[in-house]
Amino acid sequence: MDKKGRYGLYGGQYIPETLIPAVQELEQAYEKYRSDPAFQAELRALMEKYAGRPSLLYYAEKMTKDLGGAKIYLKREDLNHTGSHKINNVLGQVLLAKKMGKKRVIAETGAGQHGVATATAAALMGMECEIFMGKEDTDRQVLNCYRMELLGAKVHPVTSGTMTLKDAVNATMREWASRMDDTLYVLGSVMGPHPFPMIVRDFQKVIGEEIKEQLMAVEGKLPDAVIACVGGGSNAMGSFYEFIPDTSVRLIGCEAAGLGVDHPRNAATVANGTVGIFHGMKSLFCQDEYGQIAPVYSISAGLDYPGIGPEHANLNETGRAQYVPVTDREAVEAFEYLSRTEGIIPAIESAHAVAYARKIAPDFGKDQIIVVTISGRGDKDVAAIARYRGVEIFD
Amino acid sequence: MNRISRAFENQKAFIAFVTGGDPDLETTEALIPQMAAAGADLIEIGIPFSDPIAEGIVIQAADERALSAGTTTDKLFDMVKRVRGKVDVPLVFMTYINPVYTYGTDKFAKRCAECGIDGMIIPDVPFEEREEVSGACEAAGVELISMIAPTSHERIDRIAKQAKGFLYCVSSLGVTGVRSRITTNIKDMVDRVKAVSDIPCAIGFGISTPEQAREMAAVSDGAIVGSAIVRIIAQHGKDCIEPVCRYIRDMKAAVLAV
Repeated sequence: MDKKGRYGLYGGQYIPETLIPAVQELEQAYEKYRSDPAFQAELRALMEKYAGRPSLLYYAEKMTKDLGGAKIYLKREDLNHTGSHKINNVLGQVLLAKKMGKKRVIAETGAGQHGVATATAAALMGMECEIFMGKEDTDRQVLNCYRMELLGAKVHPVTSGTMTLKDAVNATMREWASRMDDTLYVLGSVMGPHPFPMIVRDFQKVIGEEIKEQLMAVEGKLPDAVIACVGGGSNAMGSFYEFIPDTSVRLIGCEAAGLGVDHPRNAATVANGTVGIFHGMKSLFCQDEYGQIAPVYSISAGLDYPGIGPEHANLNETGRAQYVPVTDREAVEAFEYLSRTEGIIPAIESAHAVAYARKIAPDFGKDQIIVVTISGRGDKDVAAIARYRGVEIFD
Repeated sequence: MNRISRAFENQKAFIAFVTGGDPDLETTEALIPQMAAAGADLIEIGIPFSDPIAEGIVIQAADERALSAGTTTDKLFDMVKRVRGKVDVPLVFMTYINPVYTYGTDKFAKRCAECGIDGMIIPDVPFEEREEVSGACEAAGVELISMIAPTSHERIDRIAKQAKGFLYCVSSLGVTGVRSRITTNIKDMVDRVKAVSDIPCAIGFGISTPEQAREMAAVSDGAIVGSAIVRIIAQHGKDCIEPVCRYIRDMKAAVLAV
């Protein structure tokens, strides 16, 4: 990556002039604190004593036996405080915001996990917090909205465009452009203008570092594959980053294919997208021939995004990582499968990764190892899955 | 001297914005020559985008209307080519980088030149990323308009030195849209530009009344009005030409009264 935040062809800083000084201020602050031992110690203490790191690397023995191939390990980000990997990034960014002298944080959210995590960190560190969430998602995730409000955040339902995650990002960028002197945009994924993809990846790479260390301790070797779900791609980047130089480790990102990659209702950016420039970055996007961003769909509000982080776009192009589509149906089946087999209810996002592991594990040898990142817990999805199965539950 | 420079020659310029294809392309095609006749010295034509992050709700809604009406970049090029035969004021495209990049930046700039577009404004291409389009613009002879904002401060020197056509000075933080007051010290911004360059400075974002236009033009080389015009179009639809032109005449008179 060069200084303009490029990953091969991808990345960059395509945002209005008004915001450039704000991202440059963030860039300079991050450069200062990333190498500051006091900041790193403070962040480590928060990760261990507040978020509950390290998260478990769990040997899924029943799943392994059932599938009859690779040994399956689950990286349990669902056990973190707030129930997902999002807390890793948020503790880092909100601490950074505090060091920068900011009083207020704003964030977009899809499923609500990043919003809940941001509201949590803001409550802990005494910051004002406002969350922008597509109206369609506030309807799908009523409990998470109330949770954010309990934590003291103000939730703004976004009614423009497709009323989902991309529109929430638009609204948060517009808000930041109107007030940046006391406010930091805490972006939730490895996307957006530089330095966000780098900062979020750095705060999430602890996932892969722990996987490596924990697996070495029990198996004495590297995994053969690491599988994670990809919307913008933060838990996947966090899981992959440590293993990029270890070329024997297959890195597999699972994107949301909705009703199918060939069906108009999907969010499979790598499968269907083309190169474009949007939300501050050059990357892959689902779009039409004139560059209008496509409305995308997935049962998972957290994967319902028409783009992918620029570093993922580059890993795809160089072939270092592979990206595969997983449909709603496969994800729901995996959601139910993991619940019954291991007693672990994964987030519907993470269930996309579980689904692909189920598909390929039987083709692996019994001495081979697959690590699946369970990015979050599935409590938030129970009502939606019930509805998918025709059971009306009001959450 | 090119058309953009001529627009600022010996006078304060009144710059009017319209979203191409709002409410439909026929209306825009009929509107542009009338806007020029009513006194617009330069006309910005917005290429509608699905996700216009620098726009407030008024222009967001216009983009949605234009896209729903089936407006595409190619249809806009064809429309501009026909309009160019009828008007001599500079025409500038305002859009986002994705429609340009996806069209093919070189091809886009060439089509601009063929159709009589004099410049382009792309708010999500800041100074640091201008090479994404500047080469294609230069090759085609289309001016890439630079922007400065209230947050630019010392960045103004660098941006102003390489600015082409005119410099778009963003009056306020946030997004486009009508504001009751503009609190930025515009004169300081413009003075800083003039210390390093003689590029004409036009002020945009938030201007809607003749008083605001006069105030802004008094400390710069012109005023840009977008949302206030788009609001009239939203209100009157296909019958917008007369009320838009009446508004432009009032605004132009205010700018000339400086």
